[in-house]
Amino acid sequence: MSDSRRNFLLKSFSASSAAWLAANWPAQVAAAEKAQAMGAFTYFTKPQAADIDAMAAQIYPTTDTPGAREAQVIYFIDTALVTFAQDKQDIYAKGLADLSAQTGGKAFAALPSDQQIALLTSMEKTPFFRTVRDHTIMGMFAAPQHGGNYHKVGWQQIGFDDSLNFRAPFGAYDKA
Amino acid sequence: MKKYSPSEEVDFVVIGSGAAGGVMAKQLSQAGFSVVVMEQGAWGAYGHEQDYNKDELINRFPSPEDRLLSDPKTQRNTFRRNASEKAVTGSHDYGCVVGGGTVTYGASSWRHLPYEFDEASRFGTMQGTGVADWPVSYEEIEPYYTQAEWEIGISGPSHDVLTKAGSLIAPMSKPYPVKPQPLKSSGALMMKAAEKLNLTVTSNVAAIITEPYNGRSGCINCGACSGYGCQVKARSSSAVALLPVAVATGNCEIRVHSYVREINVDASGRATGVTYFDKANNNQEVFQKAKCVVLSANGTETPRLLLLSKSNRFQQGLANSSGIVGKYLMTGNGGGASGLFTDPLNEYKGCVTGAAVLSYVPNDVKNRGFYGGGRMTARGQMSPIQYGLAGAHGAPSWGAGYKKALIEQANRRLTMVNFISQLPVETNTVDLDPDVKDAWGLPAMRITTTSHENDYKGMQFFIDRSVEILKAAGATQVWADTINDSKGGAHARGTARMGNDPKSSVVNKYHRAHDVPNLFVIDGSSFVTGGRNHPTMTISALAYRCADHLVKAAKTGNVTI
Repeated sequence: MSDSRRNFLLKSFSASSAAWLAANWPAQVAAAEKAQAMGAFTYFTKPQAADIDAMAAQIYPTTDTPGAREAQVIYFIDTALVTFAQDKQDIYAKGLADLSAQTGGKAFAALPSDQQIALLTSMEKTPFFRTVRDHTIMGMFAAPQHGGNYHKVGWQQIGFDDSLNFRAPFGAYDKA
Repeated sequence: MKKYSPSEEVDFVVIGSGAAGGVMAKQLSQAGFSVVVMEQGAWGAYGHEQDYNKDELINRFPSPEDRLLSDPKTQRNTFRRNASEKAVTGSHDYGCVVGGGTVTYGASSWRHLPYEFDEASRFGTMQGTGVADWPVSYEEIEPYYTQAEWEIGISGPSHDVLTKAGSLIAPMSKPYPVKPQPLKSSGALMMKAAEKLNLTVTSNVAAIITEPYNGRSGCINCGACSGYGCQVKARSSSAVALLPVAVATGNCEIRVHSYVREINVDASGRATGVTYFDKANNNQEVFQKAKCVVLSANGTETPRLLLLSKSNRFQQGLANSSGIVGKYLMTGNGGGASGLFTDPLNEYKGCVTGAAVLSYVPNDVKNRGFYGGGRMTARGQMSPIQYGLAGAHGAPSWGAGYKKALIEQANRRLTMVNFISQLPVETNTVDLDPDVKDAWGLPAMRITTTSHENDYKGMQFFIDRSVEILKAAGATQVWADTINDSKGGAHARGTARMGNDPKSSVVNKYHRAHDVPNLFVIDGSSFVTGGRNHPTMTISALAYRCADHLVKAAKTGNVTI
């Protein structure tokens, strides 16, 4: 799939539900909301976003159940890099440059899936891959207010109920 | 809240507001003394606990005001395994908010058993260790355990269960005030294993109330427990159970963002007060005058502050004529096993620990080949991001295989986490790093620790028992942990030990520094031996006992007890 064919979903960002981000990084969050509501990004360029999105989709793929793409993890990462994960911007900048060098300037997102997997496997131990891996997983399983885990798809997959309180029995073995 | 001027000589400055500082502040202010509590952290959600955050991502990346633990990036520390190594950047942290570590801890609240106070007499000392008797007996401390349990609010097994457990539980003059927490699926599985293996398992003893008590509401089993502040005041932290009582007396001020850098002394060797950085005011140095200083800054910061408080009179640090301040550090070590079960346990609901295996608490050197014992707990609590980052057992760390295993194993894992004895060793220390400074320009804390070889046998024993128990409980797959010799953490003990002899201890049996008549040191650093690594209830009881004697002495106008 070519970069130009990639259509990013329009992100509906609820300012009130992102209170923590907005309180601590008001300008960054306002910019992210504005950009993402128009299908754009605040930290990434569109081609960069396409590459990171493709990486996330290999790290947590869409199978018979939703993956990182359906959970809109790319928006989580984009917002993270201008808020709580600002200190990781350099890792991404260098990593994206290295990625481009590896593909001879071709968009990573445009490579066939098996080539993407081979390339990612070869860079598994790099700080860049590890960071994208961790951010992808955080985007799957952090509360939806942070931009990913769209409609709680990540939580549903691992059977996490985000109710505010519970009553015993909790599981299969403590039933009377 | 009462406010004091720094130039006003208050009766007591208490450094730290955690398990010990909270008790001291309450007891001293209730007795009518003026008290200033120095807390280097922020207020947290003191008084508006419903605002404690339950969002896992925020908890991982807290803003400075949301932070409940110290930050190793500013409260820098270094670590090495032994004195021949150059220390590297450490990750040690501790509770750093009004209420200290009790705001976020797992809240297990077991008493020490009678034989954990005189192990040297009962079992002998051991070459290369500092095993010694405590200067107090269980019988002397028992009334203070009871007082602590009832004032703080501890839930635990019923009288019948306690009686049945016999000598595996410390004798109690009064039962627990609140009924225990649910067993959870992990606890139910422990019960199943206990029947097969003839083990004693009970519900956990915890500073978490399960029903309304002392004006607070019971636990709602939200699951965002250990590591989070409690929104319903069910966790009986110092910040909800003790400090509000102290403040309500009108005698106690809690001064936040106040990082004490030195305990000051006069030419005669008496403490005159403390010098602290007022963090909210550009880290300006302020001197608070006091008649008596109580140091309760935790098992790592307490010895560090003593070592930082050098003066002409005390050239190797305050209260350190013995040279053992910072030595005999016990940080806790561990090792267990994990298993997978067929059906969901949903351990993420409720508090972290449902049940405890008590059978291996006592010493049994003859049969086990090592000195000490441990209390085993079963738990599987993992929040979603934590679970995702850790990944499933035996699976790749990303890709389709990662995802498949993550989904398959979700909520089916149970881990035995064991709280094991650790021997006090003189070369395990907290001292001042000669090269690294913290964010305030003071020498960083340096931790040097390697467990005694005896304790490695202990850890292996508990790993083996964990595997056995998980199999008996019906796990479909079991894997052993590796031995985990700790590098720091919340259970630090032993670094300003109690004793009768000023040559071999830092404080006397009432926690008064041998060298400084009006300095009291009371927290985990007072421990002589480590118990089974569940220190908080004993810290609380020691603090009640210390306060009792200190109040009596101070009322006569002379704290020299």
